[in-house]
Amino acid sequence: MAFAAFSSSTAPAAADTSRKKSPVALLLLLPGILYLVLFFLTPLISLLLTSLKAPSEFGDFGEFSYAFRWENYVDVVTAYWPHIMRSFGYAITATFFALIISYPLAYFIGVKARRWPLLQSLALVLIIAPFFISFLLRTLAWKQLFSDESFLVTSLKAISVLAPDAHVTGTAFSVIFGLTYNFIPFMTLPLYTTLERLDVRYLEAGSDLYASQFHVFRKVTIPLSMPGIVAGTLLTFIPAAGDYINASREFLGGTGTQMIGNVIEANFLVLQNYPAGAALSIILMTAILVIVSIYVKKSGTEELL
Amino acid sequence: MGIDTFAESGADLELVGIHKRFPGFTAIEDLNLTIPAGSFFALLGPSGCGKTTTLRLVAGLEAPTAGRILIGGKDVTDQKSFQRPVNTVFQSYALFPHMTVLENVAFGLRRRKMADPLDKAHEVLSLVELDHLASRRPQQLSGGQQQRVALARAIVNRPALLLLDEPLGALDLKLRRQMQLELKTIQEDVGLTFLHVTHDQEEAMTMADTIAVMNKGRIEQMGAPQELYELPRTSFVANFLGQSNLFTGPVVGTTSTSISVDISGQKITVPIDRAHRTTGEITVGVRPEKLTLHSTEPAHNPDVNVMGPGRVIDVSFSGVSTQYLVDVPGAGNLIVFAQNMTFGSDVREDDKVWVSWTIGHGFGLDDEPADAPRFSPDLDTRTIAAQHRLEGA
Repeated sequence: MAFAAFSSSTAPAAADTSRKKSPVALLLLLPGILYLVLFFLTPLISLLLTSLKAPSEFGDFGEFSYAFRWENYVDVVTAYWPHIMRSFGYAITATFFALIISYPLAYFIGVKARRWPLLQSLALVLIIAPFFISFLLRTLAWKQLFSDESFLVTSLKAISVLAPDAHVTGTAFSVIFGLTYNFIPFMTLPLYTTLERLDVRYLEAGSDLYASQFHVFRKVTIPLSMPGIVAGTLLTFIPAAGDYINASREFLGGTGTQMIGNVIEANFLVLQNYPAGAALSIILMTAILVIVSIYVKKSGTEELL
Repeated sequence: MGIDTFAESGADLELVGIHKRFPGFTAIEDLNLTIPAGSFFALLGPSGCGKTTTLRLVAGLEAPTAGRILIGGKDVTDQKSFQRPVNTVFQSYALFPHMTVLENVAFGLRRRKMADPLDKAHEVLSLVELDHLASRRPQQLSGGQQQRVALARAIVNRPALLLLDEPLGALDLKLRRQMQLELKTIQEDVGLTFLHVTHDQEEAMTMADTIAVMNKGRIEQMGAPQELYELPRTSFVANFLGQSNLFTGPVVGTTSTSISVDISGQKITVPIDRAHRTTGEITVGVRPEKLTLHSTEPAHNPDVNVMGPGRVIDVSFSGVSTQYLVDVPGAGNLIVFAQNMTFGSDVREDDKVWVSWTIGHGFGLDDEPADAPRFSPDLDTRTIAAQHRLEGA
């Protein structure tokens, strides 16, 4: 499980090797360490240094030199705090909806459909099937479906559900919809893997001990599927918070729905304000790290994993 | 009887005309059963005989295809499992892994909004001598400890009826004996009705007041352990509850106190009050430990049945007793248990022997002999499947 890998494999593995000091283990770890140093640590340090750069005194537009300009952080937070808040707001909302939609789905496939393995695999294929089509294409397709001239929108206008001058694309709704839609498999699959192993005898024991169906669900099913819930919400929330496709104007977003990802993209590729983009990236990363670690601590799932 | 109060005493359980059909097979056929309040009742049978299904029907985890279930005179057939005044000790224990032992035990009390659930849970945990482990997780306990937690979790609710689904199956022999005694003591102390499902005939005989032997979805015979052992009604009961030597033949003579059966030329006499049928072709039997081996032909005695001569084909020593397998021409193989009163065996393989037993120890079965060959091939599909699994494992 992705989350298990995330939480435990890196740190204890490193501790183990330092304790045992086996040359073979070191040798086997070498490619991995090299890879991480080259493609993770180096860019990270470079990003950190960039975020502290100051504009060159005599250079061209978009030229910066190394400095310790920590004000960059203050500047970007002041300028972009609505985007930062919006990113997390959208990501949390999308994660919530993905969970609400995925849980019953995963429960059905993992528990109710156990007697029909064929149905189980068919349902799983259907969940993974969208991955065979490019993420961008699918999002673009939704833009078509939500466009002002689409059958859906014109019909909704015809029956006065939508105002005549209303739009669907470019709204918070369409961005959250896109995020939810695109990340649902990341929620469903970890939920499925936990629920598939759920021992229904615990549920029977619960109802034997006077718990109604609702109480069994709340007191037994949910706690036992917590590892899946945590893994699924993390796998959805982390990419959703940094996503810039759904919120971009070319896809489902508009000027009022820009997320932090869009701002980072604009700073790097359009405004060529590299320190601002780098500072925002660092802020995004730190914020996610803090939120995730609080979440994992609070949910107390370490021992269930 | 509601579930919001503790049961003052056990309730009687009544099953009326229960049928349970699953897609493809019938698990229970026309089961009628009354278990009196406060008794320790065992449902005994081989795997796939429908005993666990019966238990699940009573617990409300399955619904019967037809028939009614009454607990304490109240029809609970349409009640959901959480509404029934019944608790189960599951074969797998099914202790919640995400809760401490204490929370596991308090679960039922909390759901019923009982006062001081934790105090009551501590009390019951002391009863099973596990209060010092109350803050552990179930998976940190040994099998025997988990079993006792499962028991505590059930009896803390004071159910009118406690269901035990082979709860001792996973324990080793010594611990199982100890738990059998403990369970029996607890049952006597709290005075609840226990319905115990097991395939272990020894366990059933040690613990239960009344045993019902189940086979292929039906109850073959019901009664006190001694009664079932001494006077089995069918060849299934005779062979499932201990071992039996069975012979089939026509009744050739009847007196006021006994009947005689001809077994390929040898006359076997059975007391008339120990025979379920007295005419026609009948099956008679005797328990292996009631048999005596003789190396010379015993003198004729009207109170003793003699068979032989036969040939000893196997001798196996098992500590307390020695088991002999004797081939008597025309009567088949006889099993004889002899207590090891002296060092070394008196009889060796291939020896010529006679077998005798007191007439009063024989019994006559109720079976139609045609239905009950001595070792009937079991063609029940579930049994065959179970057999395959066992062989594969």
